[in-house]
Amino acid sequence: MKNFSFLAVGILFGIVMSKSEAISWFRIHEMFRFESFHMYGIMGTAVVLGAFFMWAIKKWKIKTLEGTIVNYADKEKTTSKYLLGGGIFGLGWALIGACPGPIYVLLGQGFMIFLVVLVSALVGTFTYGAIRHKLPH
Amino acid sequence: MNLLLQANGLIDAISQPWHWSISGAAIALILLLLTWMGKSFGVSTSFQVMCAAAGAGKRFSYFDIDLKENFWRIAFVVGAFIGGAIGANYLQSPEPVAISEATISHLEDWGIDYPETIEEGSGMIPTDVFNLGNLKGVLLAIVGGFLVGFGTRYAGGCTSGHAITGLSHLQLPSLIAVIGFFAGGLIMTFLIMPLIFG
Repeated sequence: MKNFSFLAVGILFGIVMSKSEAISWFRIHEMFRFESFHMYGIMGTAVVLGAFFMWAIKKWKIKTLEGTIVNYADKEKTTSKYLLGGGIFGLGWALIGACPGPIYVLLGQGFMIFLVVLVSALVGTFTYGAIRHKLPH
Repeated sequence: MNLLLQANGLIDAISQPWHWSISGAAIALILLLLTWMGKSFGVSTSFQVMCAAAGAGKRFSYFDIDLKENFWRIAFVVGAFIGGAIGANYLQSPEPVAISEATISHLEDWGIDYPETIEEGSGMIPTDVFNLGNLKGVLLAIVGGFLVGFGTRYAGGCTSGHAITGLSHLQLPSLIAVIGFFAGGLIMTFLIMPLIFG
């Protein structure tokens, strides 16, 4: 039952991603060329509103459905993994015009080539898990 | 009957392209919903969970994670898939994605056609390049997918985990990751893609 609610939020996410055009390769290309405000507007609104929501939920100690207080674990304070990993991610994001969420959404939209992208992304994640002890973090 | 007409009107309204502020607010709402449900919004962990489910945890400790604890992530991405199908089949915009004239003319130089009508395409992906019948497109999909899957786990998150959730929690590391995303994206867009498409 609980997983159905996550499925439902996932469906909402898929619809929002579709209608926001954030899954569009063209929109991502346009964003990286700074030729439209569209994607920056989406992310800016999401972060400003999201920051307010997270601030409010912590300030008023609003309980989650699991009965816990929201306690976001701070991200590890280091630089190399974020810059290097982020940079590698960015190269792929700009090339295929899709980050992980949109990969699933575009597959749902019927673009079968994203099955190749998904499998390759899983191989990428597997490779990271296999060689991570050799990488600077 | 009246109700049915209203429902149709609502679907028509949702089917129009959304203003960026509506889309941004909807994403913040999803962040709020998942947080309220006791979870942290981040899509790319689903890659780690799938590798773990395939048994990768036996060989590499990175995949030795609690599958039951993470099953919601699979439910979420299955939902994203279904949401995409609903978006394409029932909520399709009447026009292709309206990107800027500047981007359209630049893509023309690369020989990438932009759909002018919805019959030609929805403007989601350049289907001339990215289709299973085009070897170049398949190779790019393999390379791009690998970079995304490798990079996102190396960085500990993707656009949702860092750019949306991390920044909303005012995490400096997430800002560094987002700078990394853009550095990589700009190098690909301005230095590497001209070699592939130019």
